[in-house]
Amino acid sequence: MGQDIGNQDTFPKLLLRHARERGARPAIREKALGIWQTWTWLELAGEVRAIAHGLSAMGFKRGDHLALVGDNRPRIYAAMCAAQCLGGIPVPLYQDAAAAEMAFPIRNAGIGFALAEDQEQVDKLLEILPDCPMLEHIVYDDTRGMRHYSQPQLTSYDALREHGSRLNAADPGFVETEIAKGRGEDTAAMFFTSGTTGNPKGVVLTHAALIDRAGVAARMEGLNDTDVVLAYLPPAWIGQNIFSYAQPFATGYCICCPESAETVMTDMREIGPSYYFAPPRVLEALLTTVSIRMEDAGALKRALYRRFMSVARRVGARILDGKSVGLADRLAYALGDLLVYGPLRNVLGMSRVRVAYTAGEAIGPDLFVFYRSIGINLKQLYGSTETSVFVCIQPNGSVKPDTVGPAGEGVELRFTPQRELLIRSPGLFKEYYRNPQATAEAKDPEGWFHTGDAGYFDADGHLKIIDRAKDVGKLADGTLFAPKYLENKLKFFPYIKEAVTFGDGREGVCAFVNIDIEAVGNWAEKKNLPYSGYTDLASREEVRALVRECVEQVNADLAGEPEIANSQIRRFLILHKELDADDGELTRTRKVRRGFIAERYAELVDAMYAGRESVHVEAQVKYEDGRTGSISADLRIGDAQTFASAAARRAA
Amino acid sequence: MSVELHAHPRAHRIGEVILSVENVSLAFGGVKAITDISFDVREHEVRAIIGPNGAGKSSMLNVINGVYHPQHGRITLKGRTFTDMHPHRAASMGIARTFQNIALFKGMSVLDNIMTGRNLKMKTNFLQQALWVGPARREETEQRRAVEQIIDFLEIQHIRKTPVGRLPYGLQKRVELGRALAAEPELLLLDEPMAGMNVEEKQDMCRFILDVNDHYGTTIVLIEHDMGWSWTSRTAWWCSITARRSATARPTRCAPTRP
Repeated sequence: MGQDIGNQDTFPKLLLRHARERGARPAIREKALGIWQTWTWLELAGEVRAIAHGLSAMGFKRGDHLALVGDNRPRIYAAMCAAQCLGGIPVPLYQDAAAAEMAFPIRNAGIGFALAEDQEQVDKLLEILPDCPMLEHIVYDDTRGMRHYSQPQLTSYDALREHGSRLNAADPGFVETEIAKGRGEDTAAMFFTSGTTGNPKGVVLTHAALIDRAGVAARMEGLNDTDVVLAYLPPAWIGQNIFSYAQPFATGYCICCPESAETVMTDMREIGPSYYFAPPRVLEALLTTVSIRMEDAGALKRALYRRFMSVARRVGARILDGKSVGLADRLAYALGDLLVYGPLRNVLGMSRVRVAYTAGEAIGPDLFVFYRSIGINLKQLYGSTETSVFVCIQPNGSVKPDTVGPAGEGVELRFTPQRELLIRSPGLFKEYYRNPQATAEAKDPEGWFHTGDAGYFDADGHLKIIDRAKDVGKLADGTLFAPKYLENKLKFFPYIKEAVTFGDGREGVCAFVNIDIEAVGNWAEKKNLPYSGYTDLASREEVRALVRECVEQVNADLAGEPEIANSQIRRFLILHKELDADDGELTRTRKVRRGFIAERYAELVDAMYAGRESVHVEAQVKYEDGRTGSISADLRIGDAQTFASAAARRAA
Repeated sequence: MSVELHAHPRAHRIGEVILSVENVSLAFGGVKAITDISFDVREHEVRAIIGPNGAGKSSMLNVINGVYHPQHGRITLKGRTFTDMHPHRAASMGIARTFQNIALFKGMSVLDNIMTGRNLKMKTNFLQQALWVGPARREETEQRRAVEQIIDFLEIQHIRKTPVGRLPYGLQKRVELGRALAAEPELLLLDEPMAGMNVEEKQDMCRFILDVNDHYGTTIVLIEHDMGWSWTSRTAWWCSITARRSATARPTRCAPTRP
């Protein structure tokens, strides 16, 4: 069961407790030369002690920052804890960041010490050295290729540890004394948020905040020291840090570091984690692999898969939720579990998963339900770096595909009149490092954190996040209009690649749609519809009918959500060209630039609201070689059926 | 017996002549493949053999490791002089090679293929290995450790258990390099290690070859057509073999350049 964390108010103190209480149990596993090697809690504590001594001898003092640049490795985590033992602050940086991107955090936090995983990371740090003269010590782990380096800043991890071990033998009480000086309200770590606008911000989190949140989630899920986690996402991301540092320290479970990024799938099958986290894009990639392999399988296997997946879709999620299901369906599901779901979970490396989380972006309901229906307890959670991740978690038994669950223990939530979500929780960050202005903007005097996300509670008190608050608008009748929420709902259909919705200050919602040329192209081939390219396909009457069905289904869904039932999509048109980052219509990370598109295609938007049947358009396009051309087309505007909202129906 | 592949702690300075080829001529019937070629290779250097198609480059490698027997000339390897070599003697004297057309066991895994390179290091006999008894078992564990070090060195952990036939060409080449390395050679002969590769694969291969030289101190003789591939950061020596022309190859220093 969940551990009481009592007076162990810092991570190093927790480490000492685990070394005492479960010294022989595994703390970290790493695959080296093809074999999983185990570090027990006792060994981890010994390593941390040596490194702490070594760092201290280098001049690392209370309040100093240690940058960590590398993949998930036991040594990275040992160094993280060693820095905390001395009252220092580890700052994990993204290992795939370009050298220039590392310069800002290092300058911002005045970082004097860094641990780099290998030559590649050392090269990056050396490259920015002229801009970051404060960086005086670089410790590197992997010695490969490092023989020709003679920079005075460099020390190898092995040398550091050896020196530290000798010092530890001479003065064994030193680290304990230093650890005893630590307090829960001290800074435990600093994470830089990916600043989409301007410079990244260093989020300062205390031991108390991280330990509190880690403990709450661990108690809720009943995590204990027999659980196993695969640490495969960047350590610089707060989520990975919670799952592979804060929570193992809170509960004593074991983390496993994969051999390399390419071996994650194999390693996962070997380890069989019991607690798992994956962002939606990873889950989607896994499902795609499964689907492709099923397409290639023999006729019998394909038939079995189809047959039993339809059973799973019908009752799988209900069985997982413990709801009542008929005997025949239960038997069919049990047979399916034997023949299909069990082997499938095994292939995915998820046979032993008790709890799996997904977060980070909206997950398609089909994708989400797929995992739940084959018996994997996948749940959503809501949180951010500033909140030490855990704000909302879906509790077992009441998991819904479109909410993130009720407020977690100790969390208070409320909304501003503009629908922005405010959070007060013991897990909140202390400040943005050396950025009082941004801190004041994000955290008000009463301690509410302004998330910038807009949402509302559904009938069961589950939080539903719909969009960024700044993008949320209102229709002319005052209904909430959340463009991204609608666009995501449209994009969950395989036929729709991009969608842009308009409606702020208008009487109704209209949408632009980009079809997915591959999915719709396949569909057209099956229907024997000839087409020459995107523009041709997009202008087909049949395709318009296909998209209309999707839009109407979204509308039917929306009718069930009283808060936004009025923002159903009334009219739509299929754009004659694909939105493209080269034309400035998408950002480089493929997010639609709604304002830019509204301006550029103002004529089309006006035509939709003017109730016209079709509109002629000529657009400039930029080819990849830099030339420009133009496309002209007559676009027909489609009308979609809307539905009375559930509330209105009840009233009638 | 230690099977650790030790990296030499000191920087590998170019040392004494390890291989010297003197006045070698090779003919197949009336076709003269190599005519009166002499050159030498020093310890720890990377030496490239260049020349047009049909110049006899691959034949030269085949002469060095004893596949072909030259009609004239002498080969001196580590102080011992032979008029011709034999593949087995070449292997036991520390020569390993890769082939222009990949010569791996397609149906076997990467791991097993590299393990075959440890053949000469195995001391137990066939019967012991077949019965999987005491010493054979211990030995296999030790050999596996050496193979895993090579897998780690060449960064091919993700394909450890994949049958070689299913791998893309560039990776097969890397596996072949791995098998050659498994013999812990002092002299490594690479026959067009980058032929048929795309730019990225070439860059990787180039880095691995230089790493092998740097890390293990292995002397490397290689054939490469693509002269654009400047050998970064290391001194590379080139010599040219031209058929039918008596050419005592003069090594010229190639200026190190960055790609």
